[in-house]
Amino acid sequence: MSRLATRFQALREQQRTALIPYITAGDPHPDLTVRLMHGMVAAGADVVEVGVPFSDPIGDGPVIQQACERALCHNVGLRDVLAMVRRFREDDTETPVVLMGYMNPIEVMGYAEFAKAALESGVDGVLTVDMPLEEMGDLDGLLADSGLDPVFLVAPTSTEERMQTICERAGGFVYYVSLKGVTGAASLDVDAVGQRVDRLRSMTGLPVGVGFGISDAPTAARMAAVADAVVVGSALVRRIEANQDDLDKAHEAVTELVADMRHAMDAAAAAST
Amino acid sequence: MSKTSEAMQQSIDFARFPDETGHFGRYGGQFVPETLMAPLRELQDAYARYRDDPDFRAEFERDCKDFVGRPSPLYLAERWSEKVGGARIYLKREDLNHTGAHKINNTIGQALLAKRMGKTRVIAETGAGQHGVASATVAARLGLDCVVYMGADDIQRQSPNVYRMRLLGAEVVPVTSGSRTLKDALNEAMRDWVANVDDTFYIIGTVAGPHPYPMMVRDFQAIIGQETREQMLEREGRLPDALVACVGGGSNAIGLFRPFLEDQEVALHGVEAGGYGVATGQHAAPLCAGRPGVLHGNRTYLMENDNGQIIGTHSVSAGLDYPGVGPEHAWLKDINRAVYTSVTDDEALAAFHEVTRTEGIIPALETAHALAYAEKLARELGPGKSIVVNLSGRGDKDIQTVAEREGIEL
Repeated sequence: MSRLATRFQALREQQRTALIPYITAGDPHPDLTVRLMHGMVAAGADVVEVGVPFSDPIGDGPVIQQACERALCHNVGLRDVLAMVRRFREDDTETPVVLMGYMNPIEVMGYAEFAKAALESGVDGVLTVDMPLEEMGDLDGLLADSGLDPVFLVAPTSTEERMQTICERAGGFVYYVSLKGVTGAASLDVDAVGQRVDRLRSMTGLPVGVGFGISDAPTAARMAAVADAVVVGSALVRRIEANQDDLDKAHEAVTELVADMRHAMDAAAAAST
Repeated sequence: MSKTSEAMQQSIDFARFPDETGHFGRYGGQFVPETLMAPLRELQDAYARYRDDPDFRAEFERDCKDFVGRPSPLYLAERWSEKVGGARIYLKREDLNHTGAHKINNTIGQALLAKRMGKTRVIAETGAGQHGVASATVAARLGLDCVVYMGADDIQRQSPNVYRMRLLGAEVVPVTSGSRTLKDALNEAMRDWVANVDDTFYIIGTVAGPHPYPMMVRDFQAIIGQETREQMLEREGRLPDALVACVGGGSNAIGLFRPFLEDQEVALHGVEAGGYGVATGQHAAPLCAGRPGVLHGNRTYLMENDNGQIIGTHSVSAGLDYPGVGPEHAWLKDINRAVYTSVTDDEALAAFHEVTRTEGIIPALETAHALAYAEKLARELGPGKSIVVNLSGRGDKDIQTVAEREGIEL
């Protein structure tokens, strides 16, 4: 069983919703990334999502876009990100790691080489924002052969038919995009999201995560009530941005928000049972 | 051209490309976030419904005639041809179109489609500002809201066009991310579209982006080549020996080339921006010096580093300053149907002055790249042959840039 499957099964038994924080690798400095991954796990993260910096992140809002630019100032590429995951694995063999990024760095490395290198580095899932099912080619097959889970986005605009196909080919978990927009946007309709998550659950046995626009602990707690996982990105990256000149402070600010979200999610769950 | 590539081409039915999944061989496709897959499908369906619809065609052709002023003339540049001393050089006068460039052909087509799809808001990206002006123009005429994304650096170097767009009622949004040029404006327009898919139509200005854009923009621009074909047959009783066009994203080039793809005797030359020279790395010539990758929704030739990051480009011409190129050009290069070359900033400027002084036509700096190459090619081909250059736009917007480069204060 994959690390993602193992982790989600354990959470299901504890009736807990997974908290999945996102950071862009190399932001604000490559020295902080592995430390921050461990710090987030200690603060209550169940899965860690690591962004591969890309020069033209069309699915991301200004916050993550600027995180990419900060990381690219240090020339952080896909190979460097894999090396960071490998270092993370030296001290943590259990927490699943999902890479989130764009197609071109993988295209340049080559699909087969990427699948092999990602597996060897200890990556568990791969989410490629600008590669819908139709353009996957043999990539999801190569990932699956390596035991890696292809994680797919489902959007509010996805048709029933597409949702079905995505559920059939997805691995690890299905990631529902909670709004029409880029990462870090505002205004979430929790009820509408809940309905779509239920629809997805009726199509797949995989856990359903929700992300995009979850900016604070109360929103995380409300989303946690309707989903199997809550993904938080821009809210954390904003804290990195605010403390980009002081790595210790950045670490503290990020892990503090992860812990707040964890507490809010657990407290809401306890109150509802 | 080798015997094998000629033989291979003869078996290609160009009308069948892109295929139904939007690919030209390995290029093209739909590399976009999931949120955009549904609106792309909606657009594909709408375009499939209207592209051969007699009412839609009639309205497009009527607007091209009465609003744009088509057909644009095919002009024999007699004095310049004589001076060059080689083939006869004809200029396809897209600079005489309303708004001063070929861009309007496409924005008319897409805006008519937007209206039929019930969209009330259009967005566009722009580099030199020509596509932005053409989009703002059709939006004003059809009463649609219009937002144009433009790199902050391009806003600086193309300020007359910025004011023109604002006069037409468009909102011009400066883009300060990344390299602050055309590619970043495209990123920002995509983000807007992801967030506003219900009421917004994204008018892409070139033959790039996800399917069906490369096909749709090509179809609307193909009117350039269709007219050229008829005009040449009328003038010379035969097809030209070569066609020349500048290539940024590649819409004016595809528009000219497309109706000649099956005519093997017509050589097709695309001219990219060589900037300070391809050897310096400071250029915008992905077909000449890049390699295949994925950007802005399609697989094509790109300028990128070993990590797959898109790298900065340079060209004196804002409209060619783009690290990618339309996927159909990538395919035409690989199958050897078209040849791609580059021209430096300095060569383009020299041609800009030459054609201005010899023919009384001030060309856009983008177009000047095609003219610079046409001069070389005309000499190579020699007398008795004929070349058509797509005079894709007029140069009024560039006089500030040219004056500054030459230390002249206006």
